[in-house]
Amino acid sequence: MTTQLHHRNIKVLLAKMGLDGHDRGVKAIARAFRDSGMEVVYLGMRVTADQIAQATLQEDADVVGISILSGAHMRLVPRLAQALTDRGIMDDVLLLVGGTIPDQDVEPLQQLGVHGVFPVGAFTSEMVEFIQANVKSGKSSPFQHQAGEPQPANLSGEVITETRQE
Amino acid sequence: MAANPRSSADGQQEFRTLSGIDIKDVYRPEDAGLDYSQDLGEPGAYPFTRGPYPTMYRGRLWTRRQIAGFGTAKATNQRYRFLLDRGQTGISTDFDHPTLTGYDSDHELAEGEVGRLGVAIDTVSDMEELFEGIPQDRVSVSLTINHPAIVMLSMFLAVAESRGILWSELRGTVQNDSLKEFHGQKTFALPPGPSLKLTTDIVEFCTKHVPNWYTVSISGYHTRESGADAVQELAFTLAQGMAYVESAMDRGLPVDSFAPRLSFFFGCHNDFFEEIAKFRAARRMWARTMRHRYQATRPESMRLRFHTQTLGSTLMRQDPQNNIVRGALQALAAIMGGTQSLHVSGYDEAYDIPSEEAMRMSLATQLILAHESGVTNTVDPLGGSMFVESLTNTMEEKANEYIARIDEMGNGSLCQGMLEAIGNGYIEQEIARASYEYLKKVESGDQVIVGVNQYQPTSSQLPELFEFDALEEERQLNRLAEVKRSRSDAQVADSLRNLKSAAAKDENLMPHVLEAVKVHATEGEVMASLQDVYGEYVDPGVF
Repeated sequence: MTTQLHHRNIKVLLAKMGLDGHDRGVKAIARAFRDSGMEVVYLGMRVTADQIAQATLQEDADVVGISILSGAHMRLVPRLAQALTDRGIMDDVLLLVGGTIPDQDVEPLQQLGVHGVFPVGAFTSEMVEFIQANVKSGKSSPFQHQAGEPQPANLSGEVITETRQE
Repeated sequence: MAANPRSSADGQQEFRTLSGIDIKDVYRPEDAGLDYSQDLGEPGAYPFTRGPYPTMYRGRLWTRRQIAGFGTAKATNQRYRFLLDRGQTGISTDFDHPTLTGYDSDHELAEGEVGRLGVAIDTVSDMEELFEGIPQDRVSVSLTINHPAIVMLSMFLAVAESRGILWSELRGTVQNDSLKEFHGQKTFALPPGPSLKLTTDIVEFCTKHVPNWYTVSISGYHTRESGADAVQELAFTLAQGMAYVESAMDRGLPVDSFAPRLSFFFGCHNDFFEEIAKFRAARRMWARTMRHRYQATRPESMRLRFHTQTLGSTLMRQDPQNNIVRGALQALAAIMGGTQSLHVSGYDEAYDIPSEEAMRMSLATQLILAHESGVTNTVDPLGGSMFVESLTNTMEEKANEYIARIDEMGNGSLCQGMLEAIGNGYIEQEIARASYEYLKKVESGDQVIVGVNQYQPTSSQLPELFEFDALEEERQLNRLAEVKRSRSDAQVADSLRNLKSAAAKDENLMPHVLEAVKVHATEGEVMASLQDVYGEYVDPGVF
């Protein structure tokens, strides 16, 4: 049995849902993710569930990170989960939610399919580690590493998919 | 002395303010470089560095103005009465996000946000209920709204008129700082140019018809919350102010006719002396700019007065009781800096909008500083401090560098320069850079935040949080539906048609918006009509 590793940068799609304008956190996170070697697409503010799901599909993102500081997360996140499910990609992405999230809402969010909840004050280093440990492998069209191509320089920011051969 | 390595007991190697200004080990007279009459002057006299008034808090304490708003107008009205009963002396209205961004409560984007972080106001009926039993002519009111400011102010004026209160008796403020919405707070609804037009419409209308109203609260608080440092806050806020002055002068208004009714709003962060220096520098810079650049002659036109809010973003989720101490220190800096009014953010800010207990604590903080600390007994107590004067000078220099760059972008017009600096992403990028640098310092532990990256608590008592009544959204939707049922749709349609045609002809829109809200046109209908003419602004997603 040999294990072959395929590399490509983790692609993260970030957006703010709802109307609140608190985007300091999501922007800093975008920079931190980029600095850790990930590819970052930031959709901006006031983005709807359908727009996010559509962009996730088009961008073939590995991670979807949503920032909500308005308190409306329990209303907005189910819509996003539904939009991702409708497009058949809910199981392919790592779904993260950040913002003003009270402790008692963490479990309900997880039940909706959110993998990681990062309330205000969470460190970006925690988020990067979480993504690296949990990003989903074996997507339908993974980048195949070609022989002779240089290895990506930053190993910390990669998706590693394993293909087992008997 | 010089032989000792520069380090404090616990090993700090570098000494800088939060915005990166180097700090010496000790300051001497030559560092302050002071010409008393040129650089400080007497309190209440040009260049107002020591304060806008001769006697400051000896004559009158600052206004304790805790912002409040949540749910329906009825619920918020009760909170206002609670605060007025407990020593608060002014009202500051916090609107919910749909109201701030110009959407009605029944718009699809409003779902889950109606009344959530502020009060929901859709029609003039809501505004009536908001001020039920509150004497509009005796309590000063701050309407904290920007792009839809023209709608909320019109509703407020319409309610006053219906109660027989003369507009000339109204004292209060509308935030109306449209340009900062593109880099701070981000509750924009219209593109930069048209939003500046509406801001100027309000300045012009109030100068003529509501003479005691403060027409723009030129705001740095939100810019700071977006991650700007103190120098950037100072620079961009003053640049916004200059843009409004130029825009109003372009309408033919004499500078001394409207400048006295401009006020400012700053945040206050943790770096005690830097914040004090920022406030002092702001007064001096504004005075110099108004006199030399815009040829103002009335002292009131040059005299910068400001409201302060301690910064919500400095309040941590971990060990929330520590935030009471942070709020007290920041409030003290604002007072030492000579603020005219103050809001101390609730210690539970990282969890939700403040509970009554948190607001009680914030007011108590203000009252203890006012009555027990003794800091109010003399004017500008830190004036002449070699360190504070040096820092004040440096803040002014560094902020002026930013302003010069923006001025260049507009080829000598700050108004054009600001539109350019917003449009090309310059301001947003500068702020994002400062914000990320600060975050890295916190995450690396270079900037200690007690209870967060050092001295973490082993156990922490969770505050009793504000309980949002989820039924408020439904109540508001019912209320809106009821207003829509009972009004004359034909009158509304007429008023909106008039508004659009006035917008197309570039008239002052205040009278037209007033007519529309009086016949119960909703905020969303007015804003949508304006967007038909002016277009919408979409977040470019700069980071």
